[in-house]
Amino acid sequence: MKKGETFVKRIRENSPARSWVLPEKFQLFAMLLPFLLLVIVFSYLPLAGWRYAFYAYRPGFPLEKCEYVGWYWFESIFSNSYQVAEITRVMINTLAISGLGLLLNCVAPVFAILMNEIHHRRYRKTVQVLTTLPNFISWVLVYAVAFAMFNVNNGFFNQLFLSLGWIKQPVNVLASSNNVWLSMTLWSAWKSLGWSSILYLAAIAGLDQELFEAARVDGANRFQQILHITLPGISPTFLVLLVMSIANLINNGMDQYYVFQNALNKSSIEVLDLYVYNISLGGGNFSFGTAVSMLKSVVSLTLLLIANGAAKLIRGSSIF
Amino acid sequence: MKTTETGLQRKGRSSVSSRIFDICNYLFFALFTLLCVYPFYYIFINTISDNTLTARGLVLFYPEGIHFSNYTQVMKLQGLGEATLISIARTVLGTFLSVFASAFVGYLVTKQKLWHRKIWYRIIVATMYFNAGIIPWYILMMNLHLTNNFLAYIIPGIMSPFNIILVKTYVESIPPALEESAQIDSAGYWVRFTRIVLPLCLPILATVTVFTAVGQWNSFQDTLFLMTDRKLYTLQFLLYRYINESNALATVLKNTGGNVNINLSLVQTPTSVRMTVTMIVVAPILLVYPFFQRYFVGGIMIGAVKG
Repeated sequence: MKKGETFVKRIRENSPARSWVLPEKFQLFAMLLPFLLLVIVFSYLPLAGWRYAFYAYRPGFPLEKCEYVGWYWFESIFSNSYQVAEITRVMINTLAISGLGLLLNCVAPVFAILMNEIHHRRYRKTVQVLTTLPNFISWVLVYAVAFAMFNVNNGFFNQLFLSLGWIKQPVNVLASSNNVWLSMTLWSAWKSLGWSSILYLAAIAGLDQELFEAARVDGANRFQQILHITLPGISPTFLVLLVMSIANLINNGMDQYYVFQNALNKSSIEVLDLYVYNISLGGGNFSFGTAVSMLKSVVSLTLLLIANGAAKLIRGSSIF
Repeated sequence: MKTTETGLQRKGRSSVSSRIFDICNYLFFALFTLLCVYPFYYIFINTISDNTLTARGLVLFYPEGIHFSNYTQVMKLQGLGEATLISIARTVLGTFLSVFASAFVGYLVTKQKLWHRKIWYRIIVATMYFNAGIIPWYILMMNLHLTNNFLAYIIPGIMSPFNIILVKTYVESIPPALEESAQIDSAGYWVRFTRIVLPLCLPILATVTVFTAVGQWNSFQDTLFLMTDRKLYTLQFLLYRYINESNALATVLKNTGGNVNINLSLVQTPTSVRMTVTMIVVAPILLVYPFFQRYFVGGIMIGAVKG
């Protein structure tokens, strides 16, 4: 092989058009370079934008013409009593919705175990395919579905319950400040429960079938088999997913909350990501928004490291 | 086959409580599945029913007064045709470029000879774990003149570290002998990539394609942040606006839709506009999903093994 290479090199070197050939390692690098630039521009360059948090930046003005204010925005998060109240409200929303999300994490394995107890193969496959479907539609479409099913004028459930006589007045679930956290969690469940159970189903399928045989011989009933074989068998999967959602405790994303947000539920639906959007791109206070999202990045990176450390302790290997 | 056998064995031995559990379990999943599917059916029957009935919310279980004019009428809405084109264009172009980049970069970072290979790979992968936040990103996009620019839908999404990891892992599992056979023929990296590695990677690329395409189709935030020009709105964004303004839109359609002998059951109402647009936006997912379902499931499994 070496001989072949040097032979080729010699040919190339002798040809007049290519008197000099880029060494192979740089050839490869040259091919990678455009893609590397994309990563640097769109993922690393924005980090330089964190400096906006130290100015009184107004969109449209160049940064040099804006006043440098140092740590003013960071201090105002903790000193201005109105801001403190706002941030507290937003943090409570964030943690409440994330906390309910953690509960949902515990429902997924139960859901998968129950689905695994369906022995009719066709039925199980159908259930699995159809319950996974909502995971692939956007939050805007989920909102469209929610609107069709629950709106106060002609939503499906309002009409159904009215005609059954269960309610006298249509209920406006979507524009209400009650149970916002719960309803957001239920919509998350509707969208992703089927999907997240797939991982557990695979973990269950990967368990040693002889364990079940042996347990059956020893007279274990179905419930006992689940308790003593299936549950311990899927606990590593559970742990990994739990750690990941703890790492994302304050990263709820904003799509879901943005589309469901309205004047009536705003105070209890505003999670951190949505709040940053509302005060900056919505309200025009770019510098304050940057300061808040910087703090958020720091906290979530710390959470990630803690979660990873915890996973190392428990599993003996890190996840990330 | 095997599951049904054990199922039968169990059935023979099953106790009363076990059978009651089975019944409850089957019912529970029937109900949950219905909850997942019924809304789509409900919206569909409302788009093809008599518009006077749907406006009052009277079509609950089966279509009444079937007609299909809602779909032709809605296409007259200003911007809907353009938005459809934008959505299709970004999905096709964005997916193609991103899948290509994932494949090519995933291949390049497996090459031991690449200059400082590990550093570049780490730089790419690290971007999965941090995020500068929306404002620095928005200002950057503004400075790059990518606001109100179609390219903003395509270029930032080309590099996907997760997909690159998937491809890299897959390429590493291909026997090196296959590629070396081409090396002897003094083929360059590009030829080796397109002729040998790419065809072998098709299974993983199918999964990556499906996920990227769904992500592109469903994307909403970038329009919200970056686009004020109505011509660049995507279907998702338009749908969001329609839900919130469908009253006004129905009036527009009513005024444009002829004025002699109006058949009320065909006249657009806020409900019919909203439902029909919803159906148009969700249709690609519903149509594609049954055929590509195994790739969707395959994706999460690969990700899980990797994680």
